[in-house]
Amino acid sequence: MQISNSTLPNQISVANSAPFLEFDGVSKIYPSAKGSYTVLEDVNLSIQEGEFICMIGHSGCGKSTLLSMVSGLNKPSTGEIRLKNQPITKPGPDRMVIFQNYSLLPWKTAYENVYLAVEQVYKHKSALEKKEITLEHLELVGLTEAINKKPAQLSGGMKQRVAIARALATRPEVLIMDEPFGALDPITREEMQEELLKIWQDHRCTVLMITHDLDEALFLSDRLVMMTNGPAANIGEVLDIPFSRPRDRQRIMENPQYFELRNYALDFLFRRFAHDDALE
Amino acid sequence: MTANLDNSVKKPNFFTSLIKNPPRKILAPLCAILFILTLWQVLCSGEDANLPSPIETFQDTSDLIFDPFFDNGGTDKGLFWQILASLQRVAIGYTLAAVVGIGLGILIGSNAFVYDAVDPIFQVLRTVPPLAWLPIALAAFQEANPSAIFVIFITAIWPIIINTTVGVQQIPQDYKNVAKVLRLSGTKYFWEIMFPAAVPYIFSGLRIGIGLSWLAIVAAEMLVGGVGIGFFIWDSYNSSQLSEIIVALIYVGIVGLILDRLVAWIASVVVPSEQQQ
Repeated sequence: MQISNSTLPNQISVANSAPFLEFDGVSKIYPSAKGSYTVLEDVNLSIQEGEFICMIGHSGCGKSTLLSMVSGLNKPSTGEIRLKNQPITKPGPDRMVIFQNYSLLPWKTAYENVYLAVEQVYKHKSALEKKEITLEHLELVGLTEAINKKPAQLSGGMKQRVAIARALATRPEVLIMDEPFGALDPITREEMQEELLKIWQDHRCTVLMITHDLDEALFLSDRLVMMTNGPAANIGEVLDIPFSRPRDRQRIMENPQYFELRNYALDFLFRRFAHDDALE
Repeated sequence: MTANLDNSVKKPNFFTSLIKNPPRKILAPLCAILFILTLWQVLCSGEDANLPSPIETFQDTSDLIFDPFFDNGGTDKGLFWQILASLQRVAIGYTLAAVVGIGLGILIGSNAFVYDAVDPIFQVLRTVPPLAWLPIALAAFQEANPSAIFVIFITAIWPIIINTTVGVQQIPQDYKNVAKVLRLSGTKYFWEIMFPAAVPYIFSGLRIGIGLSWLAIVAAEMLVGGVGIGFFIWDSYNSSQLSEIIVALIYVGIVGLILDRLVAWIASVVVPSEQQQ
């Protein structure tokens, strides 16, 4: 039951150029003992190159499943996801993932963790060039001092920086982040958001990021994808975030539009698609 | 000048301080040994005692203790040679067990079907006592020495297989995802992720394995004969040299301890410190 050539682009602001990343009728159904369980149903979305997309939704809405299908670690049951018109079938370093728990290898230093990725992607380059790329990206995230430390000796924020350096060093076309700052304290989180934005400004890549933090999404993203609740979750609405870049947190928060958008999103999440725990 | 003087006063000789102020870690075991020796002496000093007392043991075996290197041909050799012969058998059997066990463990741990297929069989086989394998080994090899080595092999291999399997199975999904996203090749995945992640488990298997090997060799050698500490003990029993048995037991214990510590030391060198359990 392939739903191809879907003529129901529910909520896409159809852009002028061909989409860079396209979700085409994506569904995910898990077989379970009590019959099949539909996590996502017929998700359609087009993303332009270099866009910063945030996804928000209640837990269990399939956000992570959706992103893991972009990374290729998971496959859609029906429909397909295309990157530059090529269907995504398996994981690859052109779609780097930053996991919530950093996923650094504990027996490798910060440098070695980044180098492993660099080595995989730039196979034709010399050892010296690979070393330079590694150091350059560790410097980019401000970790020059800590390159020889192992993850156990690094704070949560520093580990996340290593993970970002590792992801960016491979020059991915899509950067996938599943609640990257969820485990950080609020101050570190704001710092990391600003650094991420600065880096993204200089090294434009398409970003897909899951967050639970509305302010984070409004500060970072070009568009905010709001998911409906599972089972059979879908994209409820896509909010355009019109603030000009480079963004300044203070200025954005003083903008009356900020609160309009915020209230609109809150209304979506907590009134129209409130999460009713009693139902589960 | 005064500083020099102060220094020499404040820092007395290391050995004098050790004697004057012995650390409890040394003093306490010395007390226990003294107590046991005294108790043993009291219990075995009667006329009709079946076992020699410690003083008797020492008198009977002083040449055995102080000259472990004599070699009168045949099986009449010093304890050093006896232990060495046993260690050689253990070395061969244990090395084979380590190589095969780690290899099989990785195979079983990384393949769910193989695991389901062989796990029930291994669970039964690993409970078979070492010596029960000896008759089969003797029948198969028709020779004493390979049979003893086989017993060591089959004794040591189970904990190595089982621990390696667990070590491979517990590799966190996160690390596997990193490997998939980076498209690590098979060999790269093995050396960069699987091996470092499993190595603490492999070493706990190796450590159990070396202990069991040493337990099994004494029993196996008693039955197969030849030069070796196990047969030495059995031979001493047959010639009623009970004092020799006691000395041999102490040697066996000390060598076992050294083997265990040796594997533990190798583990502490090989296993990344973040991974040590």
